[in-house]
Amino acid sequence: MFTIIDLIQPDNLNEAYQILSDKRNNTILGGCAFLKMGKKRINTGIDLTNLKLNYIQESDDFIEIGAMTSLRELETHPLLKEYYKGVLPQSVRDIIGVQFRNGVTVGASVYSKYGFSDLITALLCLDTEVELFKAGRMPLADFLTMPKAKDILVRLWIKKTLRQATYLSFRSSASDYSVLNVAVSKLDNHWTIAVGARPSKAAIAISASAMLSQEVPTLEKIEEIAQKASEELSFGTNQRGSATYRKALCKTLVKRGIMEVLPCKSN
Amino acid sequence: MQIELTINEKAVKWEVAFDELLADTLRSHGFLSIKTACDTSCCGLCTVWIDGKSRLSCSILSLQAHGKKITTIEGLPKEAEEFAQILSAEGAEQCGFCSPGFIMSVLAMKNELVNPSEEEIIHYLTGNLCRCTGYMGQLRAIKTFLGVV
Amino acid sequence: MKSVGHSIRKIDGMAIATGKPVYTEDLAMDNALVVKILRSPHAYAKIRSIDLSKAESLEGVECILTYQDVPNARFTLAGQSYPEPSPYDRLILDQIVRYVGDEVAIIAAVDEKTALLAMKKIKVEYEVMEPVLDFEQAIGHSSVVHPEEDSSCNFEIGLNKEKNIASSYHEEVGDVEEEFKRCAVVVEDVYYPQAQAHTMMETYRAFSYLDHTGRLIVVSSTQVPFHIRRQLARALQIPASKIRVIKPRIGGGFGGKQTGAGDVFAALVTLKTGKPALIIYDRKETFSCTTSRHAMRLRVKLGADQDGIIRAIDMQVLSDTGAYGEHAPTVLGCVGHYTLPLYNKTRAVRFDGYAVYTNKMPAGAFRGYGATQGTFALESIVNKLAERLKLDPTEIRLKNISKVGETFLTGQGVMLGSTSLDQCILRGKELIGWDEKFPRREVGPNKVRAVGMAITMQGSGIANIGTASAEIRLNDDGNFTLLTGATDMGTGCDTILSQMAAEILEIPMEIIIVNAGDTDTSPYDPGSYASSTTYVAGTAVVKAAEELKSKILAQSAAFLGVTRGDVELNGLAVRTLSGNQEISFAKLAELTILGTGKLQLVGYATHGSEVSPPPYVAGFAEVEVDRETGKVELIDYVAVIDCGTVINPNLARIQAEGGIAQGIGMALYEQVRYDELGKMATNTFMQYKIPTRKDVGKVRIEFEASYEPTGPFGAKSIGEVVANTPPPAISHAIYNAVGVRENHLPITPEKVFLGMQK
Repeated sequence: MFTIIDLIQPDNLNEAYQILSDKRNNTILGGCAFLKMGKKRINTGIDLTNLKLNYIQESDDFIEIGAMTSLRELETHPLLKEYYKGVLPQSVRDIIGVQFRNGVTVGASVYSKYGFSDLITALLCLDTEVELFKAGRMPLADFLTMPKAKDILVRLWIKKTLRQATYLSFRSSASDYSVLNVAVSKLDNHWTIAVGARPSKAAIAISASAMLSQEVPTLEKIEEIAQKASEELSFGTNQRGSATYRKALCKTLVKRGIMEVLPCKSN
Repeated sequence: MQIELTINEKAVKWEVAFDELLADTLRSHGFLSIKTACDTSCCGLCTVWIDGKSRLSCSILSLQAHGKKITTIEGLPKEAEEFAQILSAEGAEQCGFCSPGFIMSVLAMKNELVNPSEEEIIHYLTGNLCRCTGYMGQLRAIKTFLGVV
Repeated sequence: MKSVGHSIRKIDGMAIATGKPVYTEDLAMDNALVVKILRSPHAYAKIRSIDLSKAESLEGVECILTYQDVPNARFTLAGQSYPEPSPYDRLILDQIVRYVGDEVAIIAAVDEKTALLAMKKIKVEYEVMEPVLDFEQAIGHSSVVHPEEDSSCNFEIGLNKEKNIASSYHEEVGDVEEEFKRCAVVVEDVYYPQAQAHTMMETYRAFSYLDHTGRLIVVSSTQVPFHIRRQLARALQIPASKIRVIKPRIGGGFGGKQTGAGDVFAALVTLKTGKPALIIYDRKETFSCTTSRHAMRLRVKLGADQDGIIRAIDMQVLSDTGAYGEHAPTVLGCVGHYTLPLYNKTRAVRFDGYAVYTNKMPAGAFRGYGATQGTFALESIVNKLAERLKLDPTEIRLKNISKVGETFLTGQGVMLGSTSLDQCILRGKELIGWDEKFPRREVGPNKVRAVGMAITMQGSGIANIGTASAEIRLNDDGNFTLLTGATDMGTGCDTILSQMAAEILEIPMEIIIVNAGDTDTSPYDPGSYASSTTYVAGTAVVKAAEELKSKILAQSAAFLGVTRGDVELNGLAVRTLSGNQEISFAKLAELTILGTGKLQLVGYATHGSEVSPPPYVAGFAEVEVDRETGKVELIDYVAVIDCGTVINPNLARIQAEGGIAQGIGMALYEQVRYDELGKMATNTFMQYKIPTRKDVGKVRIEFEASYEPTGPFGAKSIGEVVANTPPPAISHAIYNAVGVRENHLPITPEKVFLGMQK
């Protein structure tokens, strides 16, 4: 059972960060869906409700997503259905249920860097930047490899492009965690393949992505690239699947992802 | 700490602990339709509406409900009864324990989706588990309720 | 018929659907003590010492009880008719803990927070012993799970504690080995159904208090109030007459609530403190500290002649009963009892079974009760036989199934009273499109669709053991009260029993009050299990209603001054055949109860059956398998059911659809895992995946009614039989699709994928 000694809803980020830094076990609260599963002893819980970070908006070059935006809003927002072949709505739609996604926030999902995350994999195949209150703006890939430090994820910036993308997850049953998930995107001839739930956190298959970007791939070539992706990334075993199985799934999902994006026009 | 919220259209001031969850607060104030069954935010039994959107009342701190508008099935007697009549005519409430949360999801769906397909209905309600019915009877009831095929 | 055969809404349907406070927790008093259980972190250990000092000194802690505070009388939590076949092998709290989660201390406090804080402050020293975790290694293991001297059985169940055998069972007719030699084809295989979890939505819970006469009242979410009363009397060593058990609305059971869980702890706290106490098991406790289906290993061997007539069946079963023997002997026996009679052209059959103790959570009763496991094995092997003989799997069943009036080898001469299984098979075949789809069709690159099938049977009640009583009164206002001990757990028996009473008495259901599930006021009923309520309690209700009807007619005739043969029922009245005179039920009631009659009219009956007629299901699955991932999508499931006369079609249909879904979960999704120290790893809905509405595909049910001469209105049971066909039918379909025979349930995508690589 978790405990919280105090709860504060600060009016600005500065205040929120001050409280967060105050004590080791002061914590930012997201949607709280995972909170009660743990035994966290939180001194001060910081609820960001008053910071107006619940929004999805478009500027000239970016789509901005506030940290307190729910996964359900991500799933249903017209802008996100329109852009990137709807890869973001697609990535979150199988997470538990509507009432769960109405509560879970984008900020907590990304900040937690969960290996099983569906959203991170999809974001990783887009041109996504993470804005942290203290550490500032950085590419998502950098954020994922950065050591954990106390900070506040404020918003995501996704470059507005004609990038076409798709997301595929493999689940043993409909609302389970992914055994493996894959996102594939293409802008002009530049491809990105991201693989998550390996079960460790999502990563880009750099060589396979590069191979794919060189020429218009044939079916045979796609098989080869998918094979490459499954070889360059590492896979582990947990209760949802063995490393061997994940590797095989990786090859299949990457191949299918490429096939889906291939016919799309992205320039 | 004291919170102020609207529960089923009525403004209330409740004293709650910092780590109290909304589902528990609601039950302690007599909203006994609220059932919980999982402790892991994935069964959907405790579904209520917060500002009109379906939420897991077991997965939100009561303090976070401050200033919000909460709706439970007790606050929707007419709509709930209308659907419950159809559901129970199918026999699809069976043990009934998951029904209040399920009905809250169905009513939220009715507000949110226009003329949903069978696939959309199933997708919208995936977060509501039921162990008795196998879901087929629930689907029949929803189709009757929404007048869709 | 006006009531029977109609889809009447459940009488409690609206209340439970709209969240009215009618379940155990809703009814508990606000001031009830909160009871929590400190549980063993070890699979097998002896308690050396327990230090309660820090916990007991916490403000708000009312009492903490350990093994030193409980009566020294071993009992069983299995809710079965006395004398229970399950061994008396547990104490309320024991010095030896036998699985991770076994109870160490009972904590009662003013609120949950205090109780949990107190739990943390209890210091226990354990002497950890080597556990028996692999049930296939249990017999002859160096550790003995039950070393105590004082556990006992009511009769011979083949208990051999030193060898970790809780029960053994042997049955043999004819010479199986000789018969195999004569068979043209012999097939065999080994099957492993898992320890499925019930996962009823309302977890186990009970609250208790002392009434105005000092009696112990236990309100429990149970399927077996009378058995709980007897169990509490034995465990607590107080007379049963000092206990009342009340069953309110309950949120599902599936057999789980045929075994006690928690009642005894709340009751003990109330007895020790004199205060109301409430215990609610959380989901993790429900998963890992109650009971499950018995995991089993089944070796089955089948012999047939050249024409596909099955001549010999040999079944060797090893059942994992876990740390205690709840339902161990009976579930084991039912593996054979509910499978071997399916095919009665046999010349020899043999059944050999052991239920073994291990240091894991106990197994118990679960819808299907051995038939589910046995059906998975037998039907899978029959499918294998059909393939070997190049016979259509539906044909081989039609050649071998029992017909009305026939007997079977192990059936001691009992003749089959009703069956429409042949029609079920034919109709199911048609609905699924068997002839076009069997065995497989390619439907795209790497996608293949295939069909599979299985049949099954169950019983209806327990022959010569299960009895139910029912009482119907004509009340002073002309309405009726039906008193029954049957235990509605959402299945609707309060409704269907009223339908039967209404049918006999020719009255509308609205004027029947149902009073059920209270040991103080209900006539005796064993409870809702063994597929017995419609068949056994239903017949008791029919008999009671007929007796009351007869008394109403006789008394009315007397008041009207005519003979008994001159009157008939007419709406809410009795009239003479000529139609000249009439007396209303209200007037009759007034005259018998308030006036000169001085005899309230009551019908009463106790019924037990000498037979347990089998309901049948033919189940057909269509799956689509992804060759590159092993993912199995269930496209369509057809179940055609013979439950005799269908008393309430909609309620029967929901029962069937739910049972099929539970079977689908067992076939494809519900994985049970323990870690190497014996701790269950799949103890939440996050880890143990029951089917969501996206996982069940399309389930279609049809009924092929038969007429069971010994059943009420020709009815048989339906509650359990519906759970049995999905594992073998789906497994068969997967085999037909991609050639993978996966005999360990559940059949996960990874297993199918790895199977294809072989």
